[in-house]
Amino acid sequence: MKALTFKQGIHPEYNKELTKDKPLKNAKRPEEVIIPLKQHIGAPLKVLVKKGDQVDLGQKIADSDSFVCAPIHASVSGTVKEIRKVTDPGGNIVDAVVIESAEEDRLNSGLEKHDSLDKLDAAEIRNIIREAGIVGMGGAMFPTHVKVSIPDDKSVDYVILNGAECEPYLTVDYRVMVEKPKSIVFGLKALMKAAGASTGFIGIEENKPEAIESMQDAVNDEANIEVKILETKYPQGGEKMLIEAILGREVPAGGLPLDVGVVVNNTSTAAAVADAIRDGKPLYERSISITGRGINSPQNLIYRIGINIGDLVEEAGGLKDNAAKVITGGPMMGVAQKNLNIPGVKGTSGILVLVEDEVEEYEPSPCINCAKCVDACPMFLMPTQLANYAKNDMVDELEEWQVLSCVECGSCSFVCPAKIPLVHHLRLGKSQVMAKKREKN
Amino acid sequence: MNNELIVTSSPHVRSQDSVKKIMWSVVIALLPAVFAAVYFFKARALSVILAAVVGAVLIEYIFQKIRNKKNTIKDGSAVVTGLLLALTLPPSIPLWTAFFGSIVAIGLGKQVFGGIGQNPFNPALVGRAFLTASYPVLMTTWTVDGVSSATPLSQMKMEGIATDTWNLFVGQIGGSLGETSAIALLLGFSYLLYKGYVNWRIPLAMVGTVFLGTFAFGSDPIFHLFAGGLMLGALFMATDMVSSPTTKLGRWIFGLGAGLLVVIIRL
Repeated sequence: MKALTFKQGIHPEYNKELTKDKPLKNAKRPEEVIIPLKQHIGAPLKVLVKKGDQVDLGQKIADSDSFVCAPIHASVSGTVKEIRKVTDPGGNIVDAVVIESAEEDRLNSGLEKHDSLDKLDAAEIRNIIREAGIVGMGGAMFPTHVKVSIPDDKSVDYVILNGAECEPYLTVDYRVMVEKPKSIVFGLKALMKAAGASTGFIGIEENKPEAIESMQDAVNDEANIEVKILETKYPQGGEKMLIEAILGREVPAGGLPLDVGVVVNNTSTAAAVADAIRDGKPLYERSISITGRGINSPQNLIYRIGINIGDLVEEAGGLKDNAAKVITGGPMMGVAQKNLNIPGVKGTSGILVLVEDEVEEYEPSPCINCAKCVDACPMFLMPTQLANYAKNDMVDELEEWQVLSCVECGSCSFVCPAKIPLVHHLRLGKSQVMAKKREKN
Repeated sequence: MNNELIVTSSPHVRSQDSVKKIMWSVVIALLPAVFAAVYFFKARALSVILAAVVGAVLIEYIFQKIRNKKNTIKDGSAVVTGLLLALTLPPSIPLWTAFFGSIVAIGLGKQVFGGIGQNPFNPALVGRAFLTASYPVLMTTWTVDGVSSATPLSQMKMEGIATDTWNLFVGQIGGSLGETSAIALLLGFSYLLYKGYVNWRIPLAMVGTVFLGTFAFGSDPIFHLFAGGLMLGALFMATDMVSSPTTKLGRWIFGLGAGLLVVIIRL
């Protein structure tokens, strides 16, 4: 079968071999966790604990009455040491609960365990997902229960799981697919039931044959679930690209997958849903790839939310002498960090360390109009044009030429032979348009 | 802990392509045409090409210096312009004319607009247009093996004499230095295609339009494909990145328009 794909996109070097065959293992339990209280897109949370409180593993420590939010849980049993400001991996300064670990963990989440989905209805599943604080684990951290809450005027045919893991270097979703395929399928069935979808797809890039085989075995007995093999191309894992590749449907500009009857989730998110339903386990730990040529012993670890990423780096053998750049996430969309003293959050899927030779400083030269960015953009934008508009504060033109459709995948910057930081300009352009919209309202 | 981590915005990896690589690849792609020119027009061809390239690079250097900008001669774009201009010149052109043409190409065609990336027209063609307007006789004297002769296009148009297709294809005909050998141009173009440094829509649309257009008006379409400057124009001039469209549809339309102009001029 020919691998499915979307139009345009790029082919970066994947560099997955550094960690792809390293099985997931538990990172050392931290002596202290610093848990940021904003790990989702949506309303801010109210903290439910205070200094000196004893908390249990999985106990809710922050929540809100708002619909679009995801509560946060203690990732160790222990004592609340303080509540203070920290810088999260996204560079935001947020409140965080600092918990000093007790000798032992005691899981006390208040979530019931359910062996099967038969006795649960859609609303109950959505509630479990919400109570477990599950968000999109690919990095966007959008609350999952919101995604599968379908408005009355819409309906959903398909749930697609993103197992593309198109970001170079990262191998977390890959390891979860190889090691926990049954959990992913269980989670997918729960998401389908919650969203009222009849069919599920798991999209995996063809450069991951072991994951494809593992998932195909796991869905053998499932009549309504199919593994779809995708061409290895960036950004294949973007939800709009996945939908185009698998279903040939195009999400309208400014629209959501919901508008074409689809909900897209990450494979690791599905596994977390399964853990919440079957084991009563909220999202207090996740998997991560610690990788790159600047790390001594690259590996895949499972860590408690709020762990210091410096500890994870140490556990992977520490930085090499020529380490030059530390990125949380992958090389295409990840965020460069100025130090290692930051907590890992629900959306942190990778720590990538690049060495000196890999971090050239690029001096942009003038655009020669080669249109490589236009040919690469998976959203069919004209990045070079938009970048010029952004540089010149031409907000109306930015809006007219759909800068808000930019998914910030970075393909334009990647291909640009003049080394112009196009996606950077487009981000600025997006914020210019958003600022103008806010002004109007 | 390392306190000097580098922080920049994403993406943190880039492709290996650069403007310099693209420009020097175009130079490589033009080499077959240069060899063909030297083969058919001997040492004379080489001197004309050198005069044009030296003129282009020199004026690029001087302009950047005056404008207090980075020295850009290493990026290869001036060499490309000089080469392209030379390939459109008749072999018998005086060397100073070729040199002067390059000065105008880079100076008026590119640098006055702000250098690389800013030119509204293909600089080499600005140079050629200037020379044609200023020195019409020098620009229209054609020789093969040192003997004056008409070009296949004018023979066809004025006297109705067709040239052997094989000679047209290989380049054993009168014409500008680089336009005579279609095969050399195609060879160079395939190299650029392979490297991904050229788009194929413009040349396909342009050549296709000429083929169908000349056929529709009862001319020999094969003859028109290989005669005159069509191949050089379609493969290397119309595809100039700076002055050609950036969208796929735009390239089709641009190629179609360029092809129509050729048909109108030739028939």
